[in-house]
Order: sequence, then C-alpha cells, then structure tokens
Amino acid sequence: MDERLYVGTRKGLFELARARGSWEVYDAHFLGDPVSALLAQADGTLYAALDLGHFGAKLWRRDPASAWRELAVPVFPEKPKDASDDPHPWSLIKIWALEPGGVPGRLWAGTMPGGLFRSDDEGASWRLVEPLWRMPERREWMSVAGGEAPGIHTVLVDPRDPKDVRVGVSVAGVWASRDAGESWAIINRGMYNEYMPPERREDPIAQDVHRLARCAARPEIMWCQHHNGVFRSEDAGASWREVTAIRPSKFGFAVAAHPRDPLTAWFVPAVKDERRIPVDGKIVVARTRDGGESFEVLRKGLPQRHAYDLVWRHGLAVDASGERLAFGSTSGGLWSTEDGGDSWSMLDARLPPIAVVRFAAA
Amino acid sequence: MTTVSFTPALRRFVAAPSAHVEAATAGQALAMVFLARPALRGYVLDDQGALRRHVAVYVNGRPIGDRERLSDPVGPRDEIYVFQALSGG
Repeated sequence: MDERLYVGTRKGLFELARARGSWEVYDAHFLGDPVSALLAQADGTLYAALDLGHFGAKLWRRDPASAWRELAVPVFPEKPKDASDDPHPWSLIKIWALEPGGVPGRLWAGTMPGGLFRSDDEGASWRLVEPLWRMPERREWMSVAGGEAPGIHTVLVDPRDPKDVRVGVSVAGVWASRDAGESWAIINRGMYNEYMPPERREDPIAQDVHRLARCAARPEIMWCQHHNGVFRSEDAGASWREVTAIRPSKFGFAVAAHPRDPLTAWFVPAVKDERRIPVDGKIVVARTRDGGESFEVLRKGLPQRHAYDLVWRHGLAVDASGERLAFGSTSGGLWSTEDGGDSWSMLDARLPPIAVVRFAAA
Repeated sequence: MTTVSFTPALRRFVAAPSAHVEAATAGQALAMVFLARPALRGYVLDDQGALRRHVAVYVNGRPIGDRERLSDPVGPRDEIYVFQALSGG
C-alpha cells in the first residue's frame, strides 16, 4: 500500500505518513498559500501548484531529499489581434491538473482558462498545446461555476501508449489526442446535460464533466462524475452509458476508479446544484463493484449528523492497492479507509479546506 | 534614476529588493527590474504583460492609469511602488 498522503488545501500542503496504524500529519509546506494541484511521482519527486491570490499561479518542485525549488509556470503566448473576440483570457489563472506523461521528463498541466501544457523536462519549461487551444470550438467552452473561465481538470494518459491522451473540461466534455497533442477531437457521446436548453442537451461540447477516472489495468474503462449523473465508458471515453443506480444522489464532483478491477469505483455524492452539501447532512461514499449495476452506500466511520462537507474534483484518491482510499472536504475533514471503503477513520486534525488529495508510495 | 520598490509581502515568495533604473514609463522601469530578476515578473504581470488584477502600481503615491501597457510616464526623481490590492480571506 502507498505510505504517503499529500493533502493540498486553501492554506498549504500537508504531508501525511502512516504511524501506529493511522495517518498523521508530519510536515506542512507553503503554509497560508492555496494549493490547486499536486503530483507525487514514483521516484519521490513532488510538484505543488499554488494559486496565490495576488501574485498568480506558481509551481514548485521538491526532488527526493532536496529543498523546494520554484519552477517556471505555463505561460500563454501573446494574444494575436485576430483573437480579440476570444471570450477567454490568454493568461494563466491556475494550474488545475498535473499528471505524468508516461515517458521520462514529460508532464501535462491542465489549466484555467482551458489551456493544456506539456513539459518534456520535468517542469523546467512548458509549451502550450496549441492545436487544442487554437481549435475554433475551444471558444465555445463554458466557464466553470466559481471560476472566470473554462478549466481542464483531468488529464488521462493511456498507460499502454503515452501518445494517447484524454482531457476532461469544465464545461466542454471529453477531448482526445492520439499523437501526444498534435491533433484533437471531442469524443464523448451518450451524455446529456439537463441544465442546457433542450436542443443542446446532448451536444458533446455542452457536457459538464466534473471529473474523469480510468482503471489503470484496463484503461479503456472510464468513469465520469458529471453535473447531472454518473457515466461509464468501455471505450476510453468515446461512448458513455448513464449509471442510474448511484445512491443517495447523482450529483457530486469526485470519482476514483479501482486500479485493477474494472467494475469497481467510488463516488462522494451530494445534493446538486446551488446547495452542494451531503444528502441529509450525512457524509457517505458510494461504491459499485459490478460496473455500476448497483451501489453500496458506505457510512461506517463517517459523520452522520449535521455534516456539510463537500468533496471537490481532486479530493478523493485511491492508492495502488485499491484498498486504501482517502478523501478531503471543503470543511477540512479528511477520512481514510484500509478496506476499500467498508470502514473509515477521520484524521485527528483540523485542516484548511481541501482541494486535492494524492497518495505516493513512500 | 527612478526608484522601484516592492511590497514586503512578495519577499515570502521571491527576492524583490528596491532598484534604481533609467526609464521613461512605469512599464519600462519594471522591465528593467525584471531583466535582472526574471522570476519576479510573473508575480506582478500576467501572461500578456498587463498588471495582475490584484496587484497595484503607484507612482509617487498615485495609481497608474494604464494597467494594460503601463505607459504612465516616470521621471528620474519618481518613486514607483508595487504592492497587492487587498482581497480574499
């Protein structure tokens, strides 16, 4: 099982380790600064993206047994004159996703306002993936609620083929490249967005994909927590079938896919739209083990009275074993399980609001 | 020489000592500083070179008028001060 847990919050990055059978905070970094994305590499390298209120988005790296070092951030190119009618800014707002590229040195960064960036030197320099940014359809991407622009929140690289990349966009569906970013197409069919006008509800680009996850051992299996439902794909995001058995509600942000079992996934449902709180004030995790045909509502060890914690897109993680999970909430609660969700324990700490939770081997 | 000073709030993230530069506009003055300290630029300006929304630049105690191109004129006895516009919680 993974023995490290990194928690990115509104007020810093917290580093947790297993001690005496539970998680304990043993270090804190960037105290006071909002963390928007994290990446913990297998070799122990850690990346932290900050979203400084006044001074912009920043990126830091800590190599194993080394001090933190600031890296260059992704920068948008000069906005050309013929782009004056572009509804979205050509300037980095925040880094929202950081993922390994599957080849040495390569990283992908998903950002607001919707730019995807690639690094081939471990984050020392970044290049905007222009073919995606310059697609005319990109101007149709809708802004994410609470943000000022669209955002790429998910980047999924096929573990069998690093050239095959899928990105999830709020709000603009699922996009795919099979040539490491040189060309792109929107691929999602079968989703619907019930808040859109009737004639646009099934339009692929109008889909409010909150988060995507894929089974590492069976990468064609993907799960989506969408604004108005849960969907599952068996062809790497091209066609989607709604999973209507999700309980106690179909709204939520987070999803985690079992690393080996293509039928198992976890969700943290909430009351939808403007309220965004747990159903009946009870925090639960919904788990399916049969591909979404049925769900168990897991609540052992989770608050069941007057709990109003919301779990954001990157706030739920599963480790490489598939047994150990953790999720963190907007109220700073952090819960973990050692048995795939059957029982949960709460971290004995009052953390700031949690944006992102990630496991690492050591 | 025009003096350029930065808020102490920046020092937590990046080195930002005061500097004395020859410049005709606020933008030129900042560009001279960033030439010597490239890491500082992204803390003050956005990707298009405009002033970040929550950063303020004052010349002799008055806010600059052109936040996009920072074309406000400055002279050798002027003092430029860069600080954060308060926000958030």
